[in-house]
Amino acid sequence: MKYLYAAYIATWAIHVGYLGTLLRRYVRLRDEIQEFKTRIEDK
Amino acid sequence: MKRVFPILAVLTAGLLSYALYEALVAAPTEQTMGDVQRIFYYHVPSAWTAFILFFVNFFASIAYLIWRNTKADMVALVTAEVGVIFCTVVLVTGPIWARPVWGIWWTWDLRLTLTLVLWLIYVSYLVLRRFSSSGQTPLLAAVLAVFGALDVPLVYFSIWFFRTQHPQPVVGGGGSIDPRMLHVLLINWLAFSCFAALVCWSRYRLEALRREVDETLALEALLDPSQAKTSRSRSAG
Amino acid sequence: MNTIASLTRATLAKDLRLEWRSKDAINSMLFFSLLVVVIFSFSFDPTAEESRQIAGGLVWVAFLFAAVVALNQTWAREMRNQVLDAYRVSPAPPNALFLAKVLGNFIFVTVLQALMTPLFIVFYNLRALGPAYQLPIVAALGTWALVVNGTFFAAMSLRTRSREIMLPLLLFPISIPALLAMVEATGAILTGEFSAKFWIVLLAAYDVVFTIASLFLFGFVLQAE
Repeated sequence: MKYLYAAYIATWAIHVGYLGTLLRRYVRLRDEIQEFKTRIEDK
Repeated sequence: MKRVFPILAVLTAGLLSYALYEALVAAPTEQTMGDVQRIFYYHVPSAWTAFILFFVNFFASIAYLIWRNTKADMVALVTAEVGVIFCTVVLVTGPIWARPVWGIWWTWDLRLTLTLVLWLIYVSYLVLRRFSSSGQTPLLAAVLAVFGALDVPLVYFSIWFFRTQHPQPVVGGGGSIDPRMLHVLLINWLAFSCFAALVCWSRYRLEALRREVDETLALEALLDPSQAKTSRSRSAG
Repeated sequence: MNTIASLTRATLAKDLRLEWRSKDAINSMLFFSLLVVVIFSFSFDPTAEESRQIAGGLVWVAFLFAAVVALNQTWAREMRNQVLDAYRVSPAPPNALFLAKVLGNFIFVTVLQALMTPLFIVFYNLRALGPAYQLPIVAALGTWALVVNGTFFAAMSLRTRSREIMLPLLLFPISIPALLAMVEATGAILTGEFSAKFWIVLLAAYDVVFTIASLFLFGFVLQAE
């Protein structure tokens, strides 16, 4: 039943999508911290 | 992330896989609807999880209003976000289920409509958090959450009465449930609850880190204005 | 208690006087409402039977949009003249200000409804088949529901970006049970098919709950600005 698979796939697409945004935000944050550290050390 | 997190993540993944197997293979096929009914094992636990998360949000918001505890505010933010995600799953799987069974995409079914209204309220909550200036955001958001919670029983009764006047199909199967199906349902609910808890924990830690960075940058700007540089990704939530 | 009443009356009188002189709010609301009525008139060309059934929805959509126009300008004058800061510093109870604003908006929207209703009756050939005396009750309760939450959310939206979008965004989802009640009650009264009693009771309950909540929490919002 393709509706059944569509529902299950859609569910996980939504969850994975959200986790993806979390990961992206975390990477950006980590880069910011790195940049901040180098800026502090330069002074 | 602490060392316990990966272990829990693996366990949860295992639990989710087992639950998926149970839902797709082990659970008995429903008499009238056939295999499509198995959507039920994802649709209903997601709804319960979303409602629980919103419930936690309500208490966290009240805690913030009374004690102005920042941790309470972070819990409120996290549960709202993850709650909206699970809510979205309910609103997507619902119509996918309704379509083959009743031939229509949408029905003003009690649970589905209530979920839609909650989704709307909490999306507006998240938009408020993003668009308001950081000083009073937690306070305003907490107030909105209280309003939303007060609204829920009124929404419930209004939809309930609307349905008695305009009868609609019931998504999710009313009446009694086969014990084997209940068993699979509960397993899926457990798996998704663990998953939700882990996602909330991750989001919480991300938010804590985000706020710490913001404070440090603000402090730096205060002490050394020449080097001042506002954070790039200024996401409030 | 005495202070709240006299303060509310004073603020309300001021707002009404200012509005009477400029007629800013009422004019924009009227024009907007008229536009909505005309556009809906073009989109639907119903028979008398159908129009009674859909009139509830149409009428309240028009009034809802007009109410948002009124609500958006609720605090504009206060913002421009730093009145809110003065209020925060003064010992005056914040609820008096809130109550005055809500009553002001209530009066504006009710005046608008009084002006628009004949137009609706004409455009859609409306005639109430049910108990028509219930219509003013529904109108009053429904308007109060929109206006009490709307004024509160307008205050909340003051320090947000896209203030004019934030207000309807916050107001509409919370108002869903009230809107449903208003529309269904109006439809029930016009068609005479159902009793509107449940909806009227629901509206009354909604009004009580949110009036108390708003009065209770307005202090927080005022401090937050």
